[in-house]
Amino acid sequence: MYFNEEHHALRDMVKKFVDKEINPNVDEWEEKTVPLHELFKKMGNLGLLGITYDQKYGGQGLDYWFDLVFLEELGHINAGGVPMAIAVHTHMATPAIHEYGSEYLKETYLKPAIAGDMVSAIGVTEPAAGSDVAGLKTKAIRDGNSYVINGSKLFITNGCQADFVTLLARTDDRPGFHSFGLFIVPTDLPGFVVSRKLDKLGMRCSDTAELFFDDLRVPAENLIGEAGEGFIIQMKQFQYERFCTLPGTYISARDTINMTINYISQRMAFGKPLIKNQVLRHRLVDWITEIECLKHLTYHIVRMKMEGFDATREISMGKLLAGELSFKVANGCLQMFGGMGYMNESLISRNFRDSRLLSIGGGADEVMKEVIARLEGF
Amino acid sequence: MNIIVCLKQVPDTETQIKIGSDRQSIVTDDIKWVMNPYDEYGVEEALRLKEKHGGEVTVVGLGPKRVTESIRTALAMGADKGILISDGALDGSDSLAHAKAIAAAIKDLQYDLIFTGQRGVDDDLGIVGATLAEALNIPQLSLIVKVEVAEDGKSVKVQRPIEGETLVITSTLPALITAQKGLNEPRYASLPGIMKAKKKPLAEKSLADLGLNSADFGAGARKMKILELTPPPAREAGKIVPGETPQEKAAQLAKLLHDEAKVL
Ligand SMILES: Cc1cc2nc3c(=O)[nH]c(=O)nc-3n(C[C@H](O)[C@H](O)[C@H](O)COP(=O)(O)OP(=O)(O)OC[C@H]3O[C@@H](n4cnc5c(N)ncnc54)[C@H](O)[C@@H]3O)c2cc1C
Repeated sequence: MYFNEEHHALRDMVKKFVDKEINPNVDEWEEKTVPLHELFKKMGNLGLLGITYDQKYGGQGLDYWFDLVFLEELGHINAGGVPMAIAVHTHMATPAIHEYGSEYLKETYLKPAIAGDMVSAIGVTEPAAGSDVAGLKTKAIRDGNSYVINGSKLFITNGCQADFVTLLARTDDRPGFHSFGLFIVPTDLPGFVVSRKLDKLGMRCSDTAELFFDDLRVPAENLIGEAGEGFIIQMKQFQYERFCTLPGTYISARDTINMTINYISQRMAFGKPLIKNQVLRHRLVDWITEIECLKHLTYHIVRMKMEGFDATREISMGKLLAGELSFKVANGCLQMFGGMGYMNESLISRNFRDSRLLSIGGGADEVMKEVIARLEGF
Repeated sequence: MNIIVCLKQVPDTETQIKIGSDRQSIVTDDIKWVMNPYDEYGVEEALRLKEKHGGEVTVVGLGPKRVTESIRTALAMGADKGILISDGALDGSDSLAHAKAIAAAIKDLQYDLIFTGQRGVDDDLGIVGATLAEALNIPQLSLIVKVEVAEDGKSVKVQRPIEGETLVITSTLPALITAQKGLNEPRYASLPGIMKAKKKPLAEKSLADLGLNSADFGAGARKMKILELTPPPAREAGKIVPGETPQEKAAQLAKLLHDEAKVL
């Protein structure tokens, strides 16, 4: 109903890629971190890193349904850290360059990012400012033809491997939302320091860094869009970020449920397979129903995006629902696996750990609720 | 150098196969159809030869309309054009009849090489390649894992593994090669390739278009008859050898292998 022959062909291709190039490696990557340059190059060669971006920069110039199909198939990856690393690159760190970047920035950074020759990261969160983005302290002070950056960023996905960070910094001390710049910061500049690789509860194959900037001098032409408008641009970029978490959520939640149905159909207790217990079957059905709702909210958002409507309200609702649902399903399914679910050898234990993030990252549930309340007018 | 690749659509190897109530066919309702993996090696090899020697790659498929998807996949990988032989009268035909129809579709084309898979992973017969070569009266090189075409494009040198050794064969062209696992690692259809595939020519031919008589096809004309399909026997539960120490377990295992399995 929603997809044509090319969408299906893309789906088949991404599925095959995930089955052959990603899933066989994820156990090893969980131990050692996903090698992004190698993975992104392969994906860039297949045209997967700029599906909606302008063909002028190596993108495919395709519509949001193609984007959705791609994101859905990434949901079948058996470790959340891999799709997160990919999505940071395709939906969190580059949309602003595509939308607001100068020709120079597109040629120099967007093009190689789409080709898979450069790995990107998004640097917003700081030790002292997460949910309250406008409270960030990193300074970028204009000095001649450069900005001099001082400060630090925390929890930066892909931060250890990135070739550039799309970085939000304060350009002056005036209160309000017009004192920020969004910069492209190449990681090979003097003054760029990866201070720590962080050890996490889940998403273990993804690298998460603390970054430190010590009199780091970036050319003024690395500013995305107009001076002072970085905050506003980043708020728009957040819409891509939040949207891109939705398709993978309903797909992977459904995979988790299928895996659980499989297990409890075979697991015997009290003389019958566990799945014969109505209480468990009903729980599964509740989740499947919610998954269906999230999927169709997502499809509705795609239609809004295609028609050029602002979908901030719906995307915020989707992100809120997705965060709650992904953990609820993983947690509830783990319960049905019993002790086996608690063992690291079971995939469900990884799902459980990975799924905890979505209610926090990219705007916590409470922040989504604040956005929705504001848009609802109260 | 013009190359033809024959392509069969088969159930995805991950599909759970169910036998139909007639006990002679499988239930096709929930099947996901894919390009026969051995044919994929053929497509890949043809594309590599084209990249080296120039020319065109034509993909020929046979079967219902859905086979178009697999032909498009080959076009998305880089093949130039496709032919689908599709006719209701083909339903129920055997592999010999399929080869006959394919031969009719390609006999008037310009070709130096034809690839088929060494077998379809559905029926596992491996008949089409040999029958097709026979019908076209060209040499058949079967189960090939390496292909080198001479600089002048007039001959081909291939390798077939046999019992740990390698048989090297040379042949004049045109010739037919059946592709074996190990020939290459097929590429993915890239997204730009997928978008271009739609615009590539794909002709559909009926038996009449090929000058063939429907009476020679279909279930009635089968030379090979399927008597019955049966599922493989269900695997019995394994046995855990009891014992406190490795020594005890080994002794117990040896006893079981001798007394129960009777292999020692
Ligand atoms: C694995 C991982 C990867 C990440 N990757 C990146 C990245 O690549 N780039 C990047 O910039 N950031 C990244 N982040 C940071 C992430 O976006 C922040 O953690 C998130 O925005 C929350 O900010 P905080 O951690 O500072 O929490 P805080 O702002 O300290 O909030 C703590 C908690 O308080 C509650 N809360 C916050 N505000 C309100 C409110 N108004 N009302 C009620 N309750 C509230 C929420 O429950 C919240 O979880 C990542 C985080 C993690 C864990």
